[in-house]
Amino acid sequence: MNSAQLLLAAPEFWVLVMACVIMIVDLFLREERRGIIHMLAMLTVIFAAIITLRGDFLANGLPSASAFNDSFIRDPMGDVLKVFSFVLMGLIYTYSKFYLRNFKMFRADFYTLSLFALLGVMLLISANSMLMMYLGLELISLSVYALVAFNRESGRGSESAMKYFVLGSMASGMLLYGMSMIYGATGSLLIPDIAEAIRVQGSDDILLIFGLVFVVVGIAFKFGVVPFHMWIPDVYEGAPPAVTLFISSVPKLAAFAMAYRFLSSGLGDLHIHWESMLASLAILSIILGNLAAIMQKNIKRMLAYSTISHMGFVLLGLLPGTAFGFGAAMYYVIVYGIMSVAAFAMIILLSSRGVEAETLDDFKGLNQRNPYYAAIMGLVLFSMAGVPPMVGFFAKLMVLKAVVEAGMIWLAVSAVVFAVIGAFYYLRVVKYMYFDEPENETSITAPVDFGAALTLNGIMIIGLGIFSSSLITICMTSFGV
Amino acid sequence: MLTLAHFLTLGAILFSLSIAGIFINRKNIIILLMCIELMLLAVNMNFVAFSRFLGNLDGQIFVFFILTVAAAEAGIGLAILVVLFRNRQTINVAELDDLKG
Repeated sequence: MNSAQLLLAAPEFWVLVMACVIMIVDLFLREERRGIIHMLAMLTVIFAAIITLRGDFLANGLPSASAFNDSFIRDPMGDVLKVFSFVLMGLIYTYSKFYLRNFKMFRADFYTLSLFALLGVMLLISANSMLMMYLGLELISLSVYALVAFNRESGRGSESAMKYFVLGSMASGMLLYGMSMIYGATGSLLIPDIAEAIRVQGSDDILLIFGLVFVVVGIAFKFGVVPFHMWIPDVYEGAPPAVTLFISSVPKLAAFAMAYRFLSSGLGDLHIHWESMLASLAILSIILGNLAAIMQKNIKRMLAYSTISHMGFVLLGLLPGTAFGFGAAMYYVIVYGIMSVAAFAMIILLSSRGVEAETLDDFKGLNQRNPYYAAIMGLVLFSMAGVPPMVGFFAKLMVLKAVVEAGMIWLAVSAVVFAVIGAFYYLRVVKYMYFDEPENETSITAPVDFGAALTLNGIMIIGLGIFSSSLITICMTSFGV
Repeated sequence: MLTLAHFLTLGAILFSLSIAGIFINRKNIIILLMCIELMLLAVNMNFVAFSRFLGNLDGQIFVFFILTVAAAEAGIGLAILVVLFRNRQTINVAELDDLKG
């Protein structure tokens, strides 16, 4: 271990130190000066992005570099995912400040817990051994369990936190059980060594297949795909929207990285086994997510089921096991993060009078109350439905292209059919916004930074769509396509 | 003579017991927390057995991390339990049904 290796993990160290600093600074701050905490958290993510972008670890021409006895890996894919985590985190902090202030929950706990969760996301993205994966995963989960119960007076919040805790712990138990089997079959915890051992001894070991099943269950739970989706609607509904913003976006990026490293880098030789598992999980999620979302009256539950179907699409990208497929899945998961943050920001915006906006009726007549924000929400919904030229269309297109190239036409066709059915519930909200009379006429106002962040978010959704090749190229080159 | 298979069977039995406990139990959340702990201990059993029979220390190191994380997890679980009891005056699993759909 030398200092050059230590520097590879510089963004992680920075976030860790700043999370601790914020925790301590809060002790010495008076209530009315809490804004400083928000500034510090924003500084943390901005500098973390700069440090990540400036890391010249590829100077010696290698595709990746590793540290801490190979259990930590730094590669272009990880860097792209981390930078987008920071971008999303900056948006999340801007949106949630507005919410936390309105609902008298502006405490530093939110910032420290979410920074520790961000650290977990970064570690999981860079994890190259099963031990690091487990620790990163638990760092995310434990922080998020506490965040879901952040509103201590809310019965629904604590109920959803309890449900999430029990199901989440069970899923990490399953993942660990799978890891123990894989460790037993290959004799190593490091992902490259596992791949090497499988190459040498063949892939028909029953212990290995057994382990793979449990690992896939754990990964499926992290993504929240059918049949491991039960926690998603309850948590999205019960948690404060500021926390839902986080849960629905950043951890999905880490889940993608974990799935890629474990399934492709580690268990790549078992591809025929996990391909069929992922195919059934993906198609079930797309079917159930889209059908169940149609029946929802609550906008948060509707978005929860839409998450389930979107994660089904991410799995579609993963399952061919080709570099193009992984690039497409990565593109999808980043795009989804950007769209979902914007959608939950709209919920926060509508909740501004001390009452949370929850039902679809709250969106009625939004165009008359504030045409600008209605237009942004329209962009988000069209993008989620997959209408060109919004970015959501290109994400679906790339994933489907990967699936078709792998020869699974029926999978692509059924995904498209259900995505079209899914367009109904997005467009229904658009109809509410533009063609229905508002239930309350009060105009909507938001602070400048909130408006600016939402505008930027809207520009990302349409800009990355019109200039779609930019982000697609970044994602594809991470996998060498 | 105890072989690897014996330890793995014990681990599998403990693991299935904990899963069954989580799904069958309809009464008390504390029992759910106990089942989660049991699940992690079943995994530890597996890791230690593999580590011993492979002659490789990595598994035992993993066990230390699992034990530590399990302690933190129990701490957070009980904290959520306290918040839940304050809001609901019950920790009965069957009564946690506000969120549906």
